[in-house]
Amino acid sequence: MSRKRIEPVQVIKQRRDGALHSLVHGVPYVQFLGIEFDRRGDELTAIMPFDDKLIGNPMLPALHGGAIAGFLETTAVIGLAWSVLWEDIESGNVDTEELAVGHLPRLPKTIDFNIDYLRSGLPRDAYARARVTRSGRRYASVHVEAWQDQRGKLFAQATGHFLMPAPADG
Amino acid sequence: MTPGKVKMAEQFISAIPHCKALNMKLTEIGDGFAVMELPYDLRIVGDPETGVLHGGAVSALMDTCCGAAAMSHPASPATTATIDLRIDYMRAATPGQTIRTRAECYHITRSVAFVRATALDDDSERPVATAAGAFTVGGIK
Repeated sequence: MSRKRIEPVQVIKQRRDGALHSLVHGVPYVQFLGIEFDRRGDELTAIMPFDDKLIGNPMLPALHGGAIAGFLETTAVIGLAWSVLWEDIESGNVDTEELAVGHLPRLPKTIDFNIDYLRSGLPRDAYARARVTRSGRRYASVHVEAWQDQRGKLFAQATGHFLMPAPADG
Repeated sequence: MTPGKVKMAEQFISAIPHCKALNMKLTEIGDGFAVMELPYDLRIVGDPETGVLHGGAVSALMDTCCGAAAMSHPASPATTATIDLRIDYMRAATPGQTIRTRAECYHITRSVAFVRATALDDDSERPVATAAGAFTVGGIK
């Protein structure tokens, strides 16, 4: 009965952050919107720092509904991919060095996405978290909540359905 | 809709920073409908391996086009905002091709505009995506 030796914290962090970094930074549109992800254990928080190009109503001003949609969809897709990837990273099924050089796993494909705009997006940073409500072999359902200054005061939420990529080994 | 009003709508759209950043263009607008284009751009690719555009960029196009259709309705809301929007992604847009979307405001009340839209690329037989949404009606004349 030999237990697996516990790895140094830096090794674990480097592996997890490296995998997340390649997942997020490999997608041009995610970079275009300037979205970053903050990781605490397996929990991700997406951050979309305010930028003028995200404005949809210059009079108010308010964030564009399309930018908000892109932000929430990105949060959902990355969150879903991460939840699958997490198991593989931890079990050693995924080569993190391959990930680091940009050989990303196939991302889930959006089937549909339904966004509720609860209040207008203010011209400041936005945050979002995704919850995978169901993750099957082929289909997954994800709910996303987005807020700005106050965590309890959502400015948008969304539910989406996704087609999972076929496993690499058949 | 008069040519002057079309010109105004074009200017209105191109003054929106997010639309400008995506190079969106309004090509047609009439009573309760609008047509807009999103040119292919490497900056908004969602899948670097295939070069397919990200769904979020298509959402932004459809959201803007739906809003324009709501505002162009003869009941003429002065302002509008999206209440909700549902997008169905039928297939990946072909890399390199412009996405074209037509939105129609098919019903409007004093408070809500109901809008739907279809997005196409060069293959006009098979939609890339469809959208349906509800928009607020503000400052009605």
